[in-house]
Amino acid sequence: MSDISRRDLLRNVALSVTAAGTLTPAAAQHVHELAAEDKRASGGVYQPKAFTDHEYATIRRLCDLIIPADSHSKGALEAGAPEFIDLLSSHNHEMAAIYTGGIGWLDHQMQQRYQKNFIDAAPEQQTAMLDLIAYRKNMSPELGPGIQFFDWIRKMTADAYYTSRVGIDDLGYLGNKAVAKFEVPVEAVQYALKRSGL
Amino acid sequence: MQVIRSGPVYDVVVIGSGAGGGTVVQVLTEKGINVALLEAGPMLNPARDYKEHMWPYQVPHRGAGEDGDAYFHRNPYAFGYFSASFGGWELEGEPYTVAPGSKFRWFRSRILGGRTNHYGRFSFRFAPWDFKPYDRDGLGVNWPISYDDIAPYYDKVEAFIGVTGTKEGIPSAPDGVFQTPPPPRVHEILVQRACKKLNIPCIPNRMAVITRPTNGRPACHYCGQCGRGCVTASNYASSNVQILPALKTGKLKIFNNAMARELITDASGKVVAVSYIDKNTRTEQQIRGRVFVVACGACESARLLLNSKSSRHPNGLANSSGQVGRNLTDTVGFNMAAEIPALRGLPRHNDDGMGGMHVYMPWWLWDKQNEIGFPRGYHIEVGGGFHMPNVGSFHGACRRYEGYGSALKNAIREEYGSIVSLSGRGEMIPNKDSYCEIDPNVVDQFGIPVLRFHFKWSDYELKQMLHMEETFAAILETMGGKPARRPGPPEEKISIGGMIIHELGAVRMGDNPDTSPLNKYCQAHEVKNLFVADAAPFCSNADKNPTLTICALAWRTADYIAEEMRKRNV
Repeated sequence: MSDISRRDLLRNVALSVTAAGTLTPAAAQHVHELAAEDKRASGGVYQPKAFTDHEYATIRRLCDLIIPADSHSKGALEAGAPEFIDLLSSHNHEMAAIYTGGIGWLDHQMQQRYQKNFIDAAPEQQTAMLDLIAYRKNMSPELGPGIQFFDWIRKMTADAYYTSRVGIDDLGYLGNKAVAKFEVPVEAVQYALKRSGL
Repeated sequence: MQVIRSGPVYDVVVIGSGAGGGTVVQVLTEKGINVALLEAGPMLNPARDYKEHMWPYQVPHRGAGEDGDAYFHRNPYAFGYFSASFGGWELEGEPYTVAPGSKFRWFRSRILGGRTNHYGRFSFRFAPWDFKPYDRDGLGVNWPISYDDIAPYYDKVEAFIGVTGTKEGIPSAPDGVFQTPPPPRVHEILVQRACKKLNIPCIPNRMAVITRPTNGRPACHYCGQCGRGCVTASNYASSNVQILPALKTGKLKIFNNAMARELITDASGKVVAVSYIDKNTRTEQQIRGRVFVVACGACESARLLLNSKSSRHPNGLANSSGQVGRNLTDTVGFNMAAEIPALRGLPRHNDDGMGGMHVYMPWWLWDKQNEIGFPRGYHIEVGGGFHMPNVGSFHGACRRYEGYGSALKNAIREEYGSIVSLSGRGEMIPNKDSYCEIDPNVVDQFGIPVLRFHFKWSDYELKQMLHMEETFAAILETMGGKPARRPGPPEEKISIGGMIIHELGAVRMGDNPDTSPLNKYCQAHEVKNLFVADAAPFCSNADKNPTLTICALAWRTADYIAEEMRKRNV
């Protein structure tokens, strides 16, 4: 969150509190601390902690394929999905093994099919592989490990994306605000009632 | 154990700082009585400890936990990193055991305010017949008090903590002292319309959230994050609303990180001190008092009494009846969800509101129990709407849509906000197979013997759950959804005992000392200066979330204690 919007939130909280005549400095301090934390969270270029450069490049490519930037919004790379996966894996051997094992399986498959690692294959070769492992209906002894791995990286990419500012904007979540009155827009009610037939 | 004959003697020693302990502290300190409060967890600083208003991206792990434990169902933060639960289903160094053949889970929060910091805050009065269930259907037992005894205390609690609601005149859901509730969200309007077609009442929720300034607390600012704890104290938590304000009276002394081991009695059988482990120094300490109020949470209170053995009380304190630990119940839980096509692509707006549903369905077949084939009722809770995305929010969508790329993005965006869930919360009748006792072989890290749980649902609860299943499917289908029915027998679909976190009844009140440890003032029949003030005294577990009744009963108990102290009876 930018400092501007953080300040807005702080102001909203303060307004709602002062309106009642009991401004709590503690509440304001809380929001200040969050803003400071926010700043610390941003930083320079990310150095992978859990993965080799090859593995990390493969994770980046997969994240980009799973949630790409498109005409509607930015994608998983802008949302910090590879960093998220690396950070958690650097604290969790079980998770790291899922990724190193999954990438090892993927590269082996790609070598057999195209004589290239996943990251070096042509985009249409990469998506041809994903078209196999992105669906449970293709579950087989041959593809099972790939399907399991893709399930992991897909859900973690989605988590990283939709918990980021760009993902939240993609969804259009408009809350996490202090408001004086709770109101539901008439057009939203009409939209649902009309379509529901209720 | 030897009593240390030094240090102050407090008027009242309260053990446990949740809804019951907090209410007793509030009422007694207001009357000028000196209170010592023991809490097994640390002190709470709401401004520092509550994670209200934080975005997930403000922590690098986004809420998954630094070690990514959320992905392995080892989440050390029960209900998520941002929740104010300060505890969970397992506490390191403080185990409990479950007897073979039983399933039970026990949720504990170790923090000032206990589970009230994060709880659901649904605040429903028991109906008059909920206090006399045996008279109604011959099952369970009656309470030694009636609705009329507790109604003035419901009034006091609602006025003090603040509860939303509307006067509805529904016999199963008595009206109270209400603040104006916020209007229903879009999906809740659809639920209301569907319920109208099905003749099920769907009314504004009764929630311990203030919508106008109350007792110096500002009104709700509708951020939807009650479960994270409220920095403006606009919802009820015993810490924020009762205990921290009580400190200003100068009548309250809080002992934190104080894990009670046992209550110590003198030759006359009266409690003279509580012995506890100071977790900071890992030393054993004592606090002396005139009156002792045990309010640790129903099971923890039973544990403390059972562990307080002496030659005079060989079965534990207040346990001549052998009933301490018995009559343990939880609430019946069952959920169903469906995507509602009419909500797909819903125009975006901020629908955070209060941190919970704005409408609910009180029990409506109270006069048809004989016809429907099971004796006790349930209410229905409603979930849905846009929510701040969190780790795990879209795992279901990833499974449903699979694939990748812009198609997956579009599907998730289209579906966002269109899932509606219904949760049943039903009454369980006490049975002989559901209880807790001291495990003879296991102690916690402080050397305190731990609880062993036995738990069994009866046919009454299983039939009720099947009725929930049919009802929820009908509501969701009327809304245009196609809920997936889970296969399997009801035993596999009903909640695990303890999981609704309404465990209660383990130190029951009653007029007969042979069948109940406590009298009608929640005072031990055999130890006059010992009281219990949580959900342990409950004689039935009506289909009403227990906290409001815990507060009302504790207020009544505190009034009685003050009066008895004034009369020099204790």
